[in-house]
Formats: sequence, C-alpha cells, structure tokens
Amino acid sequence: MLQEMIFAGFGGQGVLSMGSILAYAAMKEGKDVTWYPSYGPEMRGGTANCTVNISDQPISSPVVNEYDLSIVLNLPSLKKFEPKTKKGGILIWENTIIKQKPERDDIRIYGIPAVEKASNELKNVKVMNMIMLGALVTLNQIVKIDSLMKALEDTLPERYHHLLPLNQKALELGMSLVS
Amino acid sequence: MGEIKLMKGNEALAEAAIRAGMQAYFGYPITPQSEVIEYLAREEPKHNYVLLQAESEVAAVNMMYGAGGAGGRVLTTTSSPGFSLMQEGVSYMTCTEIPGVFANIVRGGPGLGTIQPSQGDYFQAVKGGGHGDYHVIVLVPNSVQEMADHVFLAFELADKYRIPALILSDGAIGQMMEKLELPDPVPYKPNKPWATTGKTKDRERNILTSLYIKSEDMEIKNIHLQKKFREIEANEVRFDEYKTEDAEVIITSYGLTSRVAKKAVDIGREQGIKLGLFRPITVWPFPKGRIAELASRDDIRFFISIEMSAGQMVEDIQLNVCGKKPVHFYGRMGGIVPTPQEILDTVQSHLKE
Repeated sequence: MLQEMIFAGFGGQGVLSMGSILAYAAMKEGKDVTWYPSYGPEMRGGTANCTVNISDQPISSPVVNEYDLSIVLNLPSLKKFEPKTKKGGILIWENTIIKQKPERDDIRIYGIPAVEKASNELKNVKVMNMIMLGALVTLNQIVKIDSLMKALEDTLPERYHHLLPLNQKALELGMSLVS
Repeated sequence: MGEIKLMKGNEALAEAAIRAGMQAYFGYPITPQSEVIEYLAREEPKHNYVLLQAESEVAAVNMMYGAGGAGGRVLTTTSSPGFSLMQEGVSYMTCTEIPGVFANIVRGGPGLGTIQPSQGDYFQAVKGGGHGDYHVIVLVPNSVQEMADHVFLAFELADKYRIPALILSDGAIGQMMEKLELPDPVPYKPNKPWATTGKTKDRERNILTSLYIKSEDMEIKNIHLQKKFREIEANEVRFDEYKTEDAEVIITSYGLTSRVAKKAVDIGREQGIKLGLFRPITVWPFPKGRIAELASRDDIRFFISIEMSAGQMVEDIQLNVCGKKPVHFYGRMGGIVPTPQEILDTVQSHLKE
C-alpha cells in the first residue's frame, strides 16, 4: 500500500526532520521511501515542506497530486494543503499556533496542541514535532513506534543522544492525544 | 547485496565517486549541489583522494584538465551558472581527449536564476555547450539509485573513450532522499599510457594539446573526434520503457519528470487511456533509432514530451519522429515541477483534438 504524506510549516519547526525520521524508519522496515523537500533559500522563518511517500512496492513519483495525510504547523500550510488532502484522508493541524479551524467535512481532522504540550509538560518546545509524529503514526500505523525510536538513535549525532528519552516521551504524548 | 541507505541524490553521487576510485575532486560550492563537496570534505580524512575547493568554476575545470591529463580519475560537480563558466574547459578537454566526470545539478535559469530544479540546460549539455564541433556523453539519472550508479558508468565511459562524461541531473533529484543500494567499491586500475606522467627512456614524449595551427592537422583531429562520436552513438545508447508495448500515446521524459510521468501513466491506464513512457538514460548519444521505430508503429497516435523547460528535448524527439506522428510538448519553468494531474490533463486535451 502507498501512503502519500505532506509535512508543512515554517523553516525551523522541524518539518523536514519529522519527515526524514519517518522515512528512515520506514526504510529500516524494508519499505520503499521517497523524501522530497521544498524550501526557499532561508533556513528559518520561510515556509518549508516535504513530501514523504512510503510503500511496499517501488514508488514511481516523489511528486504527487494530493495527500493521504497532511500535517500542518502554520496557517499558510493549512490553507495550502487542506484542499489537497484526499477525500477520506487525514489532516493533522497544530492548534495552538494556528488559530483558524480547518473547514472540510469529508476528511478526518485532528487538532493537536503540540506547542502547548511540549512547552508546559515537557519543558522543551523543540520536541513539538515529535508529538505531531507520535499522533501521525498512531493514526495511520505506517511504521512501528520502536522503528521511530531506532531512527532517532541512528540519525541523531551522538552528542544529542541525551535527548533521546525526551523525544520518546514526546512521541508517547503524541500517541496518547489521539488514542 | 550492497549496503542499503537513505540518502540525498547529491550524497549518493559523492559516496559512489569514492567507491568508484575517484582520485581528485575540484569544485566550487553552489546550491543545489553543495552537499557533494560537503560530503567529500567530511569523508576525506578516511580516504586517499585530493579534495580542492577552487577559487571559481573556471579554475576548477582547468584543474580537471590538468589532473585528468596526468591520468587521474577526476570529478567536479556544479549547478547551471557554474557549468556555463566551465564550458571553455570542457571544450578543451574534449579536443585533448582527457577523460573526466562532470555533474550539473540543474537549477532554474537563465542568468543567476533560482535554486529550484529545472531541465533548462539540455541544449547546453547535448548540443555542445562550448565552442567547436564536439559532444560529451550525457547521462540523465531519475532516482537517487541512479545518481550513484551513473557515477560508475560515467567514469567507465569517460576512460574508455577518453572523453568528458556529464551527469545531467536536477535540484530535486540532488536534494531528495530515497532508499538506495550502494554499489560495492571497485578498485581503480589506471591504464592510461597517453597520460603526461613524465617521460621515461623507453617511450616518446606524451603531448596533450588542443592546438592545431595548421588547418590540415585540425581537420584530421576533427575527423578522428567525429569517428569516435559515431562509435559512441553506435555502442552507448541507453533508454528505458514503461508500458509502451500497447500504448497509444508515448510520453517522453527524462530525469525527475520521467518519475512524475510514470505515475501519470499508471493513473491514466486506470482511466482507460493507453499511455506509455519512453525515458532516455543517455541524452547524448540520443536513442534516435528507438524513437524512429516507435514513430513507425500504427497504433501510436502521438508523442508528448514532458520537461521542466520551455521545450528542449522535444526537438530531438521531433527530429527522430520525422513527421510521422504529431509531437506535443508540456513543460513548466522557473523551478516548478509538473504534477501527474497536469500531465494527464494535457494528454487528455490532445486526445480530444
């Protein structure tokens, strides 16, 4: 089965790394993956997104028409990708940054207060992307949570390994918000 | 089986170059290919190659000329404006018959343009980007896997024919990550008796030059080069086809857009449109013969070339279809990648004609 997903937000929110951790985890589970970034010249503040496709079969195009799942971390991304979510697909939006609600009634919509939870409960706003990712894998079951943890361990430089337990907590928190 | 990795196209190219026995890299950073020099700089302490950041692309290409002339297995990578600067050196290397591998990770142009992907450098790559009657071998990868595989092939062909080989890719293939199987390292055993490595007593001097003042000598050189180009055209054409056996419409596309087109073929077939994809893997030498064969098939209604340009490869398609079938074109420019739906909509509008 092919899952086509978009991760979108501001540069610096961790949208590209969220996508690459998921892609890495899926690759380790033996699936075919593509991770296709789109961003401007700026590192922070501009809009950034990546398309991640995961499949049991070889993937033809990294570029797709619409998405099975959209995960949005700012208002411009919600405006852009809510209409491009497939009918019956999933939209996950960060509802402390984005003040305006999604409008469609033919998709499954989940508002996640990832920024608020990361700052208040985990005392580190940077792991809000892992909260979103925890919610994502709970909803579409695309990879196992253990694979995500293994992916973090493999891809994070060793000097950041003391942050692994915090990231695990964030993933688990994200899972609990949608289950 | 080789090592399975998740890598960017640019990183895959860099790692493959190390595994293919690259001895020297000369380059100047430019988006969207800077990951190549970054990767090679990171890995350099573990290996035995020369890595040199030149002061400009002009300097880099002349370092290719010099080190390649001394028999080295040499690589440079750049993006569009940088490759324009290198053209003089490519022309010299072709005349002097010095092998070397180039990669142009194309971005939108003309001018300084944009850092987003494009296929606008096709003419420059296949029609001879510099001066004089020449060609270089041009490979067009469409996946991260091929970004790695084509490095091996490019080095092999460059050495075999004593000619520069160009990997013509784009910012999207360079920047995107995919699963790939890394090719196993192949020890490089140089066999270049023509190289200028210092005269020994038992042989004549080796002279590498592109200067032939006398017209008669220059023409002899030209005839020799043209003979070599014909030999490459006869032996090194590569292409791939997808569902062309019973296709009524042939989409022609290379690089990133061939991936998008493949998805359009699948969606189109679900809707009952018999689409097929013809993908050149070498654009010089161009798969002329196969295009001509397809053009002669009665069941094919038309060709359509999909590119990220204003229409460049489409001219080579037209040349070889030779008026036997209509040849249409759809492209986006400025760094915009067409979607599968855009391709299907265009095909459908031509089917109604």
